[in-house]
Amino acid sequence: MNNIISDEIVVQVTDMKVYFDIDKRKFARTGRKVVRAVDGVSFDLRKGEILSLVGESGSGKTTTGKAILQLVPVTSGEVKFNGAPVSKEKAMLKAFRQKAQMIYQDPYQSLNPRLNILDIIAEPLDVNHLAGTEKERMGKVCSALETAGLTPPEDFLYRYPYELSGGQRQRVVVAGAMIMDPDFIVADEPVSMLDASIRTSILRLMLEMRDKTGVSYLFITHDLSLAWLISDRIAIMYLGKIMEIGPAEEIIKNGIHPYTRALTKIMPVPGVNKDKERIVLEGETPDASIEMTGCRFCGRCPVAMAECSEKEPEFKMAGPEHLVACHRFSEA
Amino acid sequence: MKLLEVNHLQTYFDTSHGVLKAVDDVSFDLEYGESLGLVGESGCGKSTTALSICKLLPKEGRINGGEILIEGQDMASLSDDEIRKHRWADVSIIFQGAMNALNPVMNVGDQIGEAMILHEGITKDEADKRAADLLELVEIPRERIANYPHEFSGGMKQRVMIAMALACNPKIVIGDEPTTALDVMVQAQILNLLEKLRRELNMGLILITHDLSILGETCDKIAVMYAGRIMEMGTADDIFNHAMHPYTQKLIECFPNIEKAKIIPEGIKGAPPNMLEVPEGCAFHPRCDKACDVCMHSRPEPREISAAHVVACHLADAEVDHE
Repeated sequence: MNNIISDEIVVQVTDMKVYFDIDKRKFARTGRKVVRAVDGVSFDLRKGEILSLVGESGSGKTTTGKAILQLVPVTSGEVKFNGAPVSKEKAMLKAFRQKAQMIYQDPYQSLNPRLNILDIIAEPLDVNHLAGTEKERMGKVCSALETAGLTPPEDFLYRYPYELSGGQRQRVVVAGAMIMDPDFIVADEPVSMLDASIRTSILRLMLEMRDKTGVSYLFITHDLSLAWLISDRIAIMYLGKIMEIGPAEEIIKNGIHPYTRALTKIMPVPGVNKDKERIVLEGETPDASIEMTGCRFCGRCPVAMAECSEKEPEFKMAGPEHLVACHRFSEA
Repeated sequence: MKLLEVNHLQTYFDTSHGVLKAVDDVSFDLEYGESLGLVGESGCGKSTTALSICKLLPKEGRINGGEILIEGQDMASLSDDEIRKHRWADVSIIFQGAMNALNPVMNVGDQIGEAMILHEGITKDEADKRAADLLELVEIPRERIANYPHEFSGGMKQRVMIAMALACNPKIVIGDEPTTALDVMVQAQILNLLEKLRRELNMGLILITHDLSILGETCDKIAVMYAGRIMEMGTADDIFNHAMHPYTQKLIECFPNIEKAKIIPEGIKGAPPNMLEVPEGCAFHPRCDKACDVCMHSRPEPREISAAHVVACHLADAEVDHE
């Protein structure tokens, strides 16, 4: 699997922060609140690589994906795409967005119900004036449908989303994302709305596309076992920060951060595990608008020390490409 | 006497496009303190089965045939007025999506107590006290009884839903995707809680889910549903380690297993059928790799392979491989 990945870095994110101002004046006496959805995230994504961002709701994984694509304003930090910083400048942004696409979670909501499949998939071509003739446009859409496994494509061109099943809709979404021949795709929970029997076929399709075109994916999911299955590397997020990042196999089997270990321990395995002792963290992810010093996880951490609530842990090397932010861990 | 016996249940919906057989000849039973997992893809009839047991079907739905015996008494034949006495007292249900299932303008204590006051005619004070006890049982501080739903997190709302289901000491609790909308950590907390309550209160638990992988940790028995029928039913060991039905086998493969090789499975070709046009013969045959002539024409009846292990597949005994 790994031979497709080259050393070329497609996306480089450096200390990215996304803060949302929540004006509470309308309802409460308290002052302004800031939600630190993403609070200093850095990672590289290589050509042909699949990196999963895993976290619970409110961990900032979706916001990270959207911020890279400049779909939400970035408060600070830098995003580089193919070596050049992504800016808000219009022409630059337009060129960037041709090569960086997004696959959304719910194919029942992400397809325009009033357009037929041909127009939905051709929309990026139309917007960017990339299809000269009607024949060219049709040809491109047909080949996109075919690669997305919707064959024969002629059967789908003039149908509307409501005529398709959930799996077929998600294939349309993938075809639409791939028609611009992107270098980078943010896939935000692309299979969580699909039935188990359909899910794997969409994952296979995404992998096929990667093998064929060398596209890189940022795969956002709450499902750690899915992340293990599809990705080369996994980053575990908690309250806007990456706690641990490393090769998928390493994170699952030899995770170091207490949060990673808690997640891997409760990961359901299809099999009889009645006697398995489930160590479950208490409580839920705290409010991201509360300012915290120290490690964000220390309130729920089973092995927290005094230091943890005072000082924020830095990343330490735990192995090749394996970084962990935890005071408990000391480099060998 | 069995706690719950469902025999040849048929639940049909009258739609403008014809009769939809959401549940078509489903049979299973449940003992005190036992947990049964009902698993299947969307539209397979698992939730309709649950709603039929509580007789909470929408007005288009009707129980066309079969029996639902709770301690020997048939629920299916009771009128709406008669069933009301049994609902909550005998069987209660925890709905999916706790975020939307609670009344936003009523504090949780009143919501939990409501069923007790109506069913048992106790006073408000008694109801409050019992509601507070129930909150404690689901691991929420009893002082929070006067709080409103918006003051709770998602996981705590689901706990309130569980407390509510337990209000009248039911014999059977049905959890309809009780953890689907929750985070993984909270899901594990809720499943642990349900397990604990089942043991302590010796109640029958039916857990409905699309996520087969959580059932191995929580259920004694598992029934796999497809297109309104039970395809295979057995102990968790039968289903996970000795599955006989091609659908069960494929479905298990679809869930990533970190204890096995990292290969993305093929999945199952096609999509679940439109329930108005269920294929003739075995409903699964168009998606089945092993389908042969007989599967296209005759519907396989459930057959007992070993004690408690039932399979509805023509090919099942051809490859008995019980070690």
